[in-house]
Amino acid sequence: MSALDTNLVPKIEMRNIAKTFGTKAVLRDVNLSIAPSESLVIIGGSGTGKSVTLKCILGLIQPDKGRIAIDGQETIGLRGREREAVLNKFGMLFQGAALFDSLPIWQNVAFKLIQGQNMKKTEARDVAVQKLEQVGMRADVADLFPAELSGGMQKRVGLARAIAADPEIIFFDEPTTGLDPIMADVINDLIVQCVKDLGATALSITHDMASARKIADHIAMLHEGRIIWHGAVADIDQSGNPYVDQFIHGRAEGPIQMAIRS
Amino acid sequence: MNPLAPVGRATLSLFEAIGRLLLFAALGLSHCVRPPFYPRLIWRQMIEIGFYSLPVVGLTAIFTGMVLALQSYTGFARFSAESAIPSVVVVSITRELGPVLASLMVAGRIGAAMAAEIGTMRVTEQVDALTTLSTNPYKYLVAPRLIAGVTMLPILVIVADTIGVLGGYLIATFKLGFNPELYISNTINFLQVIDVVSGLVKAAVFGFLIALMGCYHGYYSKRGAQGVGAATTNAVASAMALILIFNYVITELFFSR
Repeated sequence: MSALDTNLVPKIEMRNIAKTFGTKAVLRDVNLSIAPSESLVIIGGSGTGKSVTLKCILGLIQPDKGRIAIDGQETIGLRGREREAVLNKFGMLFQGAALFDSLPIWQNVAFKLIQGQNMKKTEARDVAVQKLEQVGMRADVADLFPAELSGGMQKRVGLARAIAADPEIIFFDEPTTGLDPIMADVINDLIVQCVKDLGATALSITHDMASARKIADHIAMLHEGRIIWHGAVADIDQSGNPYVDQFIHGRAEGPIQMAIRS
Repeated sequence: MNPLAPVGRATLSLFEAIGRLLLFAALGLSHCVRPPFYPRLIWRQMIEIGFYSLPVVGLTAIFTGMVLALQSYTGFARFSAESAIPSVVVVSITRELGPVLASLMVAGRIGAAMAAEIGTMRVTEQVDALTTLSTNPYKYLVAPRLIAGVTMLPILVIVADTIGVLGGYLIATFKLGFNPELYISNTINFLQVIDVVSGLVKAAVFGFLIALMGCYHGYYSKRGAQGVGAATTNAVASAMALILIFNYVITELFFSR
């Protein structure tokens, strides 16, 4: 974290977060702070607790210990309306897009506007179409159903849904996983652009280094439940950290031993 | 290793599951009475449970009524007690067979559908997506199903009662040679309000149990196709077991003196 950020209240702050499932300690001691309008990417191998970290911040998973503050406000243990108020700041793009397959595309995009903010349907539809255009989709997809779209198109709709209510914070869960390299780059560009347009704080998790380099201001590496490196994206090639080096070069040999069985 | 450890672990996990289920039921119920409501979703579930279950419930009821008349005839003829058939049919149908059989059939149909749908939503992160879109999954997914289950099952059971009695009537008059007017007047004279009311109370409870099991098992579905499959099986099996258990308990409450 640069010296400049220290006098700001971090948008998201995690202190000593630990979470154990059964006998498996997924998060041991995670400390992270993300400045307003910063784009942080968490990298790390599969099963290192990246998704759990996101879900802890959202309150979908209750950490065993530690503190999480959003805009300086402690969020662990919040319920009802207070929890809702915090969640209203968030937008999230899920790994598999997680579109509601019983609803047409435009209702997916406008879901939060209709359900959460009681916007009129005609008005919400206009916003949805506009958001779809923002992610490069024509208005005529609005009435299709999610199952009629390809994986890349579903990701775009997921992105449109995530930004529909103009969130202050956006989470991206493996935004490029399962896409071809060209579509992955298109999604990366859209993410960068959307985050910039909104002036939002972005937190992404990925193991795609090309994607990480493109969308990140800062990168943090999660390994065995701890943040083992955190720095500017420009410094990642000179991190001097053997774990980071092994990961970004994708080598099988190195300090990180892949567990064949978990 | 401590030989008692597995026993303790099993006991603890049993209590954990019961606690989780009760908490789930309480949360689901509390969201049934707190706004915002989703009338469109409630309506859709009502159609799904009430309307689309009519054929299977009707089919079950008519054949149950028919076989009931036939069986009681072959039995009662030995004691020259054939005249008791109309009352036996109507009481068996309204008190027990209507609610229990209709609910078992609906449990197979609806419990499985609910668990599979919510389980798939869980597995594909749609349930988490609801939360990030400021919508409570209990309110959006669970409450409409519970409301529809509790309201639709009694209506289905009224239909089942009527068709069941009709089945008995058809066999008695066309096959066994009963006088139609006498059969109907015997049926009506013998029937008491408590017979129907107890059946409808059962139906409401069973409807709640079916929806609860479908939602609960779907909500806590494990990952993958296998997870959703297991959730579906468990939803149906547990709903059926609970229906039979609660059927005894409610009968005990209504009729034991």
